[in-house]
Amino acid sequence: MRAPAPDQTAASEVILGVENVTLSFGGVAALRGVSFEICKGEIRAIIGPNGAGKTSMLNVINGFYQPQEGRITYKGRTRHTMRPAAAARGGIARTFQNVALFAGMTALDNIMAGRTLKMRRGFFWQALRHGPALAEEVVHRRKVEEIIDFLEIEAIRKVAVGQLPYGLQKRVELGRALAMEPDLLLLDEPMAGMNLEEKEDMSRFILDVNNHYGTTIALIEHDMGVVMDLSDRVVVLDYGRKIADGSPEEVKADQKVIDAYLGVAY
Amino acid sequence: MTTVASMQPDTIPKLLLHNAVRFPARPAIRHKDLGIWQTWTWTDVHEEVRALALGLEALGLRRGDKVAVIGANRPRLYWAMCAAQALGAVPVPVYADSVADEMAYVLDHAEVSIAVVQDQEQVDKVLSVADRLKQLSYLVYDEPRGLRDYDQARLKSFVDVQASGRLRLAAEYDASASFEQSVAGQNGCDLAIVLYTSGTTGRPKGVMLSFDNVLISARNAIAFDQLDENEEVIAYLPLAWVGDHIFSYAQSYAAGYCVNCPETAETVVEDRREIGTTYAFAPPRIYENLLTLTMVRMEDAGTIKRAMFGYFIGVARRWGEKILNRQRVPLTARLLYGLGALLVYAPLRNRFGLSRIRVAYTAGEAIGPEIFRFFRALGINLKQLYGQTEASVYVTAQPDGEIHADSVGKPSPDVEVKIADNGEVMFHSPGVFLGYYKDPQRTAETRTADGWVRTGDAGFFDPVTGHLKIIDRAKDVGRLNDGTLVAPKYLENRLKFYPNIKEAVAFGDRRDYVCVMLNIDPIAVGSWAERNNITFASYAELAAHPLVSDLLARHVDEVNRSLAADGPMAGAQIKRFLILHKELDADDGELTRTLKVRRGFIAERYRVLVGALYDGSSAADVETEVIFEDGRKGIVTARLKIIDMTTYAARQPVVEKAA
Repeated sequence: MRAPAPDQTAASEVILGVENVTLSFGGVAALRGVSFEICKGEIRAIIGPNGAGKTSMLNVINGFYQPQEGRITYKGRTRHTMRPAAAARGGIARTFQNVALFAGMTALDNIMAGRTLKMRRGFFWQALRHGPALAEEVVHRRKVEEIIDFLEIEAIRKVAVGQLPYGLQKRVELGRALAMEPDLLLLDEPMAGMNLEEKEDMSRFILDVNNHYGTTIALIEHDMGVVMDLSDRVVVLDYGRKIADGSPEEVKADQKVIDAYLGVAY
Repeated sequence: MTTVASMQPDTIPKLLLHNAVRFPARPAIRHKDLGIWQTWTWTDVHEEVRALALGLEALGLRRGDKVAVIGANRPRLYWAMCAAQALGAVPVPVYADSVADEMAYVLDHAEVSIAVVQDQEQVDKVLSVADRLKQLSYLVYDEPRGLRDYDQARLKSFVDVQASGRLRLAAEYDASASFEQSVAGQNGCDLAIVLYTSGTTGRPKGVMLSFDNVLISARNAIAFDQLDENEEVIAYLPLAWVGDHIFSYAQSYAAGYCVNCPETAETVVEDRREIGTTYAFAPPRIYENLLTLTMVRMEDAGTIKRAMFGYFIGVARRWGEKILNRQRVPLTARLLYGLGALLVYAPLRNRFGLSRIRVAYTAGEAIGPEIFRFFRALGINLKQLYGQTEASVYVTAQPDGEIHADSVGKPSPDVEVKIADNGEVMFHSPGVFLGYYKDPQRTAETRTADGWVRTGDAGFFDPVTGHLKIIDRAKDVGRLNDGTLVAPKYLENRLKFYPNIKEAVAFGDRRDYVCVMLNIDPIAVGSWAERNNITFASYAELAAHPLVSDLLARHVDEVNRSLAADGPMAGAQIKRFLILHKELDADDGELTRTLKVRRGFIAERYRVLVGALYDGSSAADVETEVIFEDGRKGIVTARLKIIDMTTYAARQPVVEKAA
């Protein structure tokens, strides 16, 4: 479905590298020595059965969890742990498995909230909504309107997101993440609970984000059809371990992956 | 009229140049983009169209070539039509929602050489059938999104094409002059546009219209409704539909008014509210949707608001139309209506985006009288119009103050209408099309040698008001054994205007009298039953309830009474009817996919019932095979009661005092 970008496989500049990451909660090991890389401009899927550690992995990448061991290299800087604010400033945005929007606010305001980090004016001017704050707001509103246009949600611009159907809430959440103009976008099950049509729409938006803004995307997804169609490379986790890493075709044919998904008698 | 017309510019590109001089700073077109209305004046449009035309010419577009225009109502697509016309090429707008195969037929049949399309979706469709389109040289797209990885050899972006046109303007000293020369080199009898009719039967036909067809019709209507450059219209109906072509394109150029393109199809209601349209044109379903939306919202409103709404809508229904028609009404009524306007009607009109409306038309199919009267009662000058692509829209229209819910008005200016012996409506006008593109045979079938066009619709002139009434497709009109005219769809529509009746199937052709089968509307009748403490467990049980048949018998009786005053239709009153035990369903083949009843199929499938309707029996047993949603088949049996109705002697019709 996707024509591989010509420069991608050859140049493959690494935007994020995860080395030997281990994370445990008490006695439960969520991730055990996981290493992989995400290259600039690619769509990287992280898949695995329930409880394999996929969401934990995303949480480690954007600094929400502190791994006990391992290193994260982002844009050439290596550190032991990432902090959420640092990750956000560094251009990592994410969406959540369960929608985490401000339900009482409009779609427009929710997406505007995604620009918070880019706003420079202090509380005083913001509260006045005049002078420099107004000028700044105009600039940001334009960016947000471009995203609204991009995601085709003009009709719900001024609707409180709590009243929206789930598929549209997911889209607004993606919009808020895009408002940060991220270099790396983490999507946690962007298509969970959607019907086929909504999934097709969302797939198209993910491809368009990647194509249009050149955003690198790491996504967790359960729908194998979607994963195989969308992603350039796939990491497979099972019980906190990486069991496979490669192109969708390679991964699909991997015996360990088949066993992990279908279950195997030990 | 004709003398004035001959002095005016006789093509649309000439009008563009004319408007750039006449109204240089007036808005010509707007588009809401990134949440803000962007405006182009006539000067701007002139510049944009010229740049595009010169760019298209550089791509090899020549006089007589065809340019497909595919997409939503966007300024750039309207400009593409004008740019093509300026070069003497012919625009062919295509329905944006047609599937690739249908599109392939039209593009191939019209021998399109350049297609101007909106976005990736349309590019994909055209490319998927490109191997069948030998003539197609370039695809020009408006929105570049998603197209970066495409093979660009045959793709050109709209911006680039215009840029190459602007480059020519800067580099070639005579580029502007050659554009104006090309515009001046055309005249009114040149082919202006080919509009493919969607065609419910057979392949679509390409209706060829000349500039004269389009512009004389447009100007007549402008004069008829006293339109000027101050009108605001919103363009949201398909570009390929003749209605949009006249209202959002030709009339805008002729009168100089502004066309507003909504942000997306879903935001039309909101966008219309922001613009405040003064002139509108829509099929009945748009008005139906507005009304339904209002009613649903009112159900959720507080008690006081609901009571206020209910009371003042009552006042409006009683007096609103009379006030709109400038009839005499008591002072108290006028005061009450004024109060209602303040509290209810004005806010409602504002919600609908119709606060500034001067003229609104409904056309395309029959509108429910309730819906029609609702809008008129609110003080909105909604009128009916009857038209066709082959007529450049106008055949008949209702003049101000002469409004009847069940007629389509009087012949439009310069239009002659006559009724053929078989009841078919025929017309003759300056808007009569040049012919179907590459189809002389079907042209000859539709247009007589002396220029009269067969509409395919049957109708008659109301003897009192002189208004035309359309009753059915001519081929569906039959006669009773005694020779009385029967128009099944006319009867069915009359019945279906009652909310309790979902479907109706009328029989009568080559029979002694008229019988109908009815389907109750489960939602409307269900809630009526709840309010009246009638219990039921299934659709069949509700349909068979004696009180329900009494309810429907009252509706049928009302229809009979009104038919008695209906001139030629008076003889076709309903003698007997029954209520079907199951809903007619497209899955069972009883309805088409567009939900029209398939009368012949139903007559065959329920021959037992039809037999019982005509042999005088008081009940009939029926056994029907049904297909359930999961694909299983089952048998439904029922005993249906047949109800006899009284018919009324034909009355001398009285002039309807615009109720």
